[in-house]
Amino acid sequence: MSWPVKTIAERTGDLLPGSPWTAALYVLLTILAVTAFMTVTGLVLIYAERKIAAHFQCRLGPMRVGWHGVLQTIADALKLLLKEDIVPRDADALLHILAPVLSFAGMLLVMIALPMSPSLQVADMNIGVLYVTAVSGLGVLGILLGGWSSNNKWSLLGAMRAGAQIISYEVSATLALLVVVLFSGTLQLSGIVQSQEAGWWIWRAHGCGIVAFAIFLIAGTAEINRTPFDLAEGESELTAGFHTEYSGLRFSFFFLSEFLNMFVLAAMTSTLFLGGWMPLHIGHFTVFNGVMDIIPPGLWFTFKTTGMIFLIMWFRWTFPRLRVDQLMRLEWKILLPIGFVNLFVSAACVVTGCYFFAR
Amino acid sequence: MSVHVSTLQARITGESTASSPLSTEEYFVNMGPQHPSTHGVLRLVLRLDGETVREVVPVLGYIHRGIEKMGEHGNYRQFVHLVDRMDYLSALANNWAVTMVVEKAAKMETNDRIQAIRTLVCELQRIQSHQLWWGVFGMDLGGFTPFFYGLRDREQICDIFEKTIGARLTMNYIQPGGVMFDIHPDFVKDVKAFLTYFKSKMPEYDALMTENVIIQERLRGIGKLSAERAIALGATGPVLRASGVAHDLRKSEPYGLYSQVDFDVPVGTVGDCWDRYWVRMEEMRQSVRIVEQLIDNIPEGKTFLVKPAAKIKVPAGVHYSHVETARGVLGVLLVSNGKDAPYRIHCRTPNFNNLWCIGEMATGGRIGDLVAMLSSIDIVVPDIDR
Repeated sequence: MSWPVKTIAERTGDLLPGSPWTAALYVLLTILAVTAFMTVTGLVLIYAERKIAAHFQCRLGPMRVGWHGVLQTIADALKLLLKEDIVPRDADALLHILAPVLSFAGMLLVMIALPMSPSLQVADMNIGVLYVTAVSGLGVLGILLGGWSSNNKWSLLGAMRAGAQIISYEVSATLALLVVVLFSGTLQLSGIVQSQEAGWWIWRAHGCGIVAFAIFLIAGTAEINRTPFDLAEGESELTAGFHTEYSGLRFSFFFLSEFLNMFVLAAMTSTLFLGGWMPLHIGHFTVFNGVMDIIPPGLWFTFKTTGMIFLIMWFRWTFPRLRVDQLMRLEWKILLPIGFVNLFVSAACVVTGCYFFAR
Repeated sequence: MSVHVSTLQARITGESTASSPLSTEEYFVNMGPQHPSTHGVLRLVLRLDGETVREVVPVLGYIHRGIEKMGEHGNYRQFVHLVDRMDYLSALANNWAVTMVVEKAAKMETNDRIQAIRTLVCELQRIQSHQLWWGVFGMDLGGFTPFFYGLRDREQICDIFEKTIGARLTMNYIQPGGVMFDIHPDFVKDVKAFLTYFKSKMPEYDALMTENVIIQERLRGIGKLSAERAIALGATGPVLRASGVAHDLRKSEPYGLYSQVDFDVPVGTVGDCWDRYWVRMEEMRQSVRIVEQLIDNIPEGKTFLVKPAAKIKVPAGVHYSHVETARGVLGVLLVSNGKDAPYRIHCRTPNFNNLWCIGEMATGGRIGDLVAMLSSIDIVVPDIDR
């Protein structure tokens, strides 16, 4: 079974010669849909986090607003919208306002490259992996600027921690990502998904896949500043870290981009290692593969991403936080050497053509 | 011996000791009075070099209520309920400290039932206090879940107290001459049910925190306090015992029924955060042992041998008595001029002395370590300021 990929960008291109106005309308609708998707995903994730945390902690979580508190997040978002918008007197006002936008933009730009199903991908660049790596680095700029411009020592400490942490862990995340690029032989995200038709890279790439998966997950969790790597916030140490001085709408931008970053990480992990929207296929088990194909690719993507999100939330509500020097040691002395060795081993595997479930 | 006195201002603006090729500057930060990890309104002035802590100076007085002065204006029974507000997690032990000094001075008699009830409730409260500490410790290290587990189990003890005493936090239960009320008919049954429940939950505590590799990494070798320095700084309770000094008033000067029960005093070896963690975990198990031995053997008797006078008269003189609370030695010094109100009353509270160990421990550590150390001392701020 083949999976023809048609992205939204391509469909706009098809419409363009006939009628530019239709194409413009199509682009407008796409922008609206992406915005709506992000907002809804953010709200759902925040609600899910609160409920999952609550059940890990022997309590119920929000129960009052709507059925089982489903409207609680919306109520909170409205509250944040109505709050007074404060810029501290001695803060650098321009950068203070710009920081959450930058943080949000970094996440938004990654979002458009995510392959959610063969027909649901905004743009499919032939250097997708490179693009994602490059653009996701924008987020740290927002955090650094936010901490710097607040003119608060706790914020600055948080921002500096975040800067050191995100830049360090990006190295390991990229090394893990390169393993998949080596095996699939393409930088295109939809190409990586299609290369996993015979089996997902997490197990098809010998041991390398699972090592790369673990490294990517750890480094990714550190990049999105979640427990056990939430040093940039570190509420018990730095009160609220880089967003100590943020309130109202600007705080909610930081908050939303933090949750959507989690979605992006989960989506990227499932795309690279768990086959993305590709159904579960096992070698030449034609009947089994046929049954799996009945489930639409969009649902497969949702299942895998949800599973990864649950895993990341599970980390957060189980582990305590690392210390700042331990964090750096973990990256530079443990993850990075393992990542390099793993990359060399997988390069050897690719050169010798050593795959499981070879095509 | 010379004492060096310097002002806070001189300390925080003192010359830089950073020796780096880059031109760096030390800076100072106020941690508190409103900070999530200072557990109330403690203020720490930190001199920092990047993330490294160079000096910590605690600043007190944000919750000073003048409890000792208030004590001079009421009678002894009224003072008992004021001390509930000092270390609110050891309200019963605080009651007992005052009760003990008044009973000793006024030569009031008690019976074994009274002593058994006092010992039992104090040990239950020690467990409850350590449960809360365990939860808060987890939260300070960045894991939120232990907090809820600790509070969940603490609720059970609070419920037991509520049935007998009517209060959950500020008990005012142990009175000179006896205890306020007899135990509730369900008390023995409830306590046994709690013990069964709690023993099944202890492995959960270990799985979540004790055996976690991040916890071990964060605590081992951090915030070391030698036995000599701990004694010199006047540390008591788990902080002192973690440094390897087996000093426990329940063993060394037994009061209540402690001389009749069998229990061990856990001691640490190096006095780091891990030792303080481990000592408290072990103390919970020992307290369970004490409660188990006593719960079936509460003697019959009255809860007040004689109806106490509203105004107890204490003979003139200086009287002192101390108990082991969940945090260390609480001593009450009473100066009486023979009237029904104390002339002067002073409490030697465990947290005040334990807090000053932070200056010794934290120098050279990171901010994250400082939070862990502060939490491993287990401070209750109202007890520091009184």
